Amino acid sequence: MKTVTLSIDGKKVFAHTGEKVLWAALDNGIYIPNLCAMRENSEEPMTACRLCFVEIEGYAQPVTACTEPVREGLEVSTRGERALRLARSGLELLLASHPIECARCPVNRACELQRMAAHLGIKLKTRRLRKFVHEFPIDSSSPLFVYDPNKCVLCGRCVFICQKLPGTPAIGFAHRGFDRRVTTCGDEPIGNRCGDCTECVSACPSGALVFKSRSPAADGS
Amino acid sequence: MKVLSPVSLSGIRAQAAQHWQATFGGWHSGRPVITVGMATCGRAAGAMDVLQALRDELARLELDCPVVEVGCTGHCYAEPLVTIYKPGYPAICYGYVNPVIARTLLREFLQGDNPCPEFVLGALETNDLVPSFADFPRAKYETRLLLKNCGQIDPEQIEHYIANGGYAALEKALQITPEEVITEIKEARLRGRGGAGFPTGEKWEMCRRAPGRPKYVICNADEGDPGAFMDRAVLESDPHSVLESLIIAGYAIGAGQGYIYVRAEYPLAVQRLRLALRQARQHNLLGRHILGNAFSFDVRLFLGSGAFICGEETALIASLEGEAGIPRHRPPYPAEHGLHGKPTLIDNVKTLGCVRHIIRDGAKAFAAIGTQKSTGTAVFALAGKVVNTGLVEVPMGTTLRQIIFDVGGGIPKGKRFKAVQIGGPSGACLPESALDLPVDFDSLTDAGAMMGSGGMVVLDEDDCMVEIARYFLQFTQRESCGKCTFCRLGTRQMLAILDDITKGKGKPEDIAVLAELAEDVKAGSLCGLGKTAPNPVLSTLRYFRDEYEAHVKEGRCPALMCQDLINYYIIPEKCERSCDACVGTCTVEAISPNSKRIKVIDQAKCVKCGLCLPACPIKYGAIIKQSPPQVQK
Repeated sequence: MKTVTLSIDGKKVFAHTGEKVLWAALDNGIYIPNLCAMRENSEEPMTACRLCFVEIEGYAQPVTACTEPVREGLEVSTRGERALRLARSGLELLLASHPIECARCPVNRACELQRMAAHLGIKLKTRRLRKFVHEFPIDSSSPLFVYDPNKCVLCGRCVFICQKLPGTPAIGFAHRGFDRRVTTCGDEPIGNRCGDCTECVSACPSGALVFKSRSPAADGS
Repeated sequence: MKVLSPVSLSGIRAQAAQHWQATFGGWHSGRPVITVGMATCGRAAGAMDVLQALRDELARLELDCPVVEVGCTGHCYAEPLVTIYKPGYPAICYGYVNPVIARTLLREFLQGDNPCPEFVLGALETNDLVPSFADFPRAKYETRLLLKNCGQIDPEQIEHYIANGGYAALEKALQITPEEVITEIKEARLRGRGGAGFPTGEKWEMCRRAPGRPKYVICNADEGDPGAFMDRAVLESDPHSVLESLIIAGYAIGAGQGYIYVRAEYPLAVQRLRLALRQARQHNLLGRHILGNAFSFDVRLFLGSGAFICGEETALIASLEGEAGIPRHRPPYPAEHGLHGKPTLIDNVKTLGCVRHIIRDGAKAFAAIGTQKSTGTAVFALAGKVVNTGLVEVPMGTTLRQIIFDVGGGIPKGKRFKAVQIGGPSGACLPESALDLPVDFDSLTDAGAMMGSGGMVVLDEDDCMVEIARYFLQFTQRESCGKCTFCRLGTRQMLAILDDITKGKGKPEDIAVLAELAEDVKAGSLCGLGKTAPNPVLSTLRYFRDEYEAHVKEGRCPALMCQDLINYYIIPEKCERSCDACVGTCTVEAISPNSKRIKVIDQAKCVKCGLCLPACPIKYGAIIKQSPPQVQK
């Protein structure tokens, strides 16, 4: 496989042709905020979270790193003001629709949202935006995990994994716009549909899907 | 291309000419013809009843006169429209016809010799008898290309289409190579009419060169902008023109299968397209070895299920594949990786509508219309506060002022023009200072607007620009698919701010946050819907910021439109004590006389329906609408 050389934040980086800038950066220890990016579908990324913005020399606008193929001599900046503004704004929008109750959250301190907020230097509780949190019922029908749709950031990682695995997928997207959510066919309890492989739980970045072993509080509800 | 057996259109053409002659030929040799506009606009205005009345009355009077159902002429404001072709007279079009007028016309004009000038809208050609369409101010600007057949032929008769030069372009295209067809489109400098204005020829070439087979062509007829109905009119009034161009496109890129993705909400268009496909197959204009050439092509109709986002090409393809209509990242563009992963050409109805004219009359003739960079004509659906609502087709480069004031007849009721919303929910509101802007792709983009699909909503002094922005954003917010963060949550936040501002709950910092969010949603969204959704907000912030500030800082709606920021008030000095007109109109009994018999509105009871306002006799004019609300002592 051919390799190309590009520079990310001034650092010289080698990458395989066809690879995307995001993975070239992450593989070389340069963090770019992201939620929906997965190695498994890096060929056709979901491009849903809109957080991995970078600036590239010669481009008029910031672009998403997950969609931008590496090229010889590409000069990428992850710290450009316009790219950071978009990433901050995107994360702030997600946080404004996410219940901020980290102290009681099973994934506290292992949460991708917290990590990105720290990286981008923004507060978890936004003052600029209005708070719009859904009040969907929490689904604890599975013996192994709990699904709290209100914490979901709709990155789609769980859906991708579930649909890729052999067998009938248990979850998918339903509804549109602000009401879009991850759910089962006919909104049935997830336990009725799921084979409990828990791959989705491992993929979840935001505490929407957590193991019951980590979440004693939600067990009884 | 190799000709298998020399079949040409000439056989069908002779038959079509005969058919056309049998219907309209009598006009010159003794038998009259009547046409009735039966597109959706006509039907909504009562054309069905008019048609029935005409048929009944003709039978009663025992007159030999065919009645032909035609499409929309563009004069939608004057529907139902009836045109009478009587021997010895010019063809005269009558507007605002009802069954009574229809019967009168038959008795007075067809049986008698009185052309009833009182009902005339215009004659189709200049004459000494009655005013003609050529005398209309709009005649100076209108150039009918796409709309040429609309309202002149029966859309359900392929013979009418062929007799008026139809399928000649296909015949011509099949005699040259696909590359030459593409060259012709490139030389015409045709640009996509769906909104962005991408050069059509380049897209065709990209698709032709893209590896992968089979290839597909798709006609995007998922017209969903509020206030836009150009595609509907073309599909209903001249379906074969779109079909012919689609076949040419299929030939040019080397596709074997075409699709027309049409809204299910356009039942008449669907019905007529279905019929057009059947007729085209009967005449070997579709199917195997079209007109005896080695080129085989068929078209399927696909009914969209009511999602605005499916007008976006990648979402449209997903929908066509049976998935939810959700867009994906571009590139790869559909021209290289489209339906079922194959090269796919997607063009808007109006883009395709231009194709047959380019092929038939040559690229030069097409490029001579319009401006250097935006060739051809622009079709607009004029709606809102304008006298002549309806369809207009003008050369690119015509100014907004000419379209609104000359073609559209200006603002009704002597009101003042305020803004024009162009391009639907992806478009922008342009103020009076932009009226002399030529309408072409680049000028509009420079002004912060875009051509969009062709909706043009005229706004007058009674329209609140904040409310207009809120209305359009509410539309896009509801139609967002929800996949990407900025569109799903950003438009939701923006809408909440606009809701607050129009309700008088806006905070001073809201305007700045709104502007920031608008820019971020525009730059950060995945697809065209999100990228353009903030345009109505950004443009109103740019041109009408004072209105936002009046709402936030003074709690005042300058246009007196936002219900929460106005109230009705009776000026005590002007109230005529002996008159009770307003009291009677109030549905909630909010108006009552005080001890001096001066009427007072109880603001707690008032629901702001506005019925009392016109009830107060003009000579008193005691009731006013005011903002910010003030209470009478």
